[in-house]
Amino acid sequence: MSPGDVLPEQTYTVTRADLVRYAGVSGDFNPIHWSDRVATSVGLPGVIAHGMYTLALAARALETWAGEPGRVVELGCKFTKPVVVPDDDTGVDVVVRGTVKDVTDAGVSVSLEVTCGDEKVLGMPRAVLRA
Amino acid sequence: MPVDASLAGRTFPPTTPYTVSHEKLLEFARATGSSYDGGPAPATFPIVVAFQAMTDLMQDPTVGISLHRVVHGDQRFTYTRPVVAGDELTATLTVDSLRQIGGADIIGTRSEIADADGKPVCTAFATLVHKGADA
Repeated sequence: MSPGDVLPEQTYTVTRADLVRYAGVSGDFNPIHWSDRVATSVGLPGVIAHGMYTLALAARALETWAGEPGRVVELGCKFTKPVVVPDDDTGVDVVVRGTVKDVTDAGVSVSLEVTCGDEKVLGMPRAVLRA
Repeated sequence: MPVDASLAGRTFPPTTPYTVSHEKLLEFARATGSSYDGGPAPATFPIVVAFQAMTDLMQDPTVGISLHRVVHGDQRFTYTRPVVAGDELTATLTVDSLRQIGGADIIGTRSEIADADGKPVCTAFATLVHKGADA
């Protein structure tokens, strides 16, 4: 990886079943991630993905680009916009893009862009991979 | 009601030790579409332990946070090494910063995740936005 490299775009489809599975494995059972009734009662358009699920998808893309798991030494983002997941079999697509910013002895700095539809759903997502 | 200013700088007791199993890592990898080959855990796996530390903080009656008014503002991890099966992990949470903006408490937390020997594995930084009753 060299500075300026644009990494291959990754598209992941998110369905309600994914959110149920993620709730179970993460221990985050907040009902806004599985109940339309609760989600709409707090002003959301419907059930939304866990922010950490979306960040896990960004980590999945990094793993793909790095060619192996275990190379992430830093990863972070702000949770800016919700990913609304419809109650159907189609789900919604989350797209992860990455650009190599910097390569030093400390590692490979990657700037990410994570979108759903036309919106960036994570704010300033970035990561550092072990060199 | 805002949380008390004395929360800033407070360190909470470590979470109950969490033993990482192959099965759990496989389930986590499947849930997030990641790969797990018996080696390093998916990068965001430490949230499982950090989430426990944050839950302990939010449920501590001396802190005064109402769980249903908390939003996860941001999250960042720095890793000393990847998590692997067999690790016995604890998270020790410190409130690094506390600000009040527009009726909301902005709570900056840092959870130091360590193994059974007390050696650092990962640090998880999270900002929790605690909305006031009218915010």
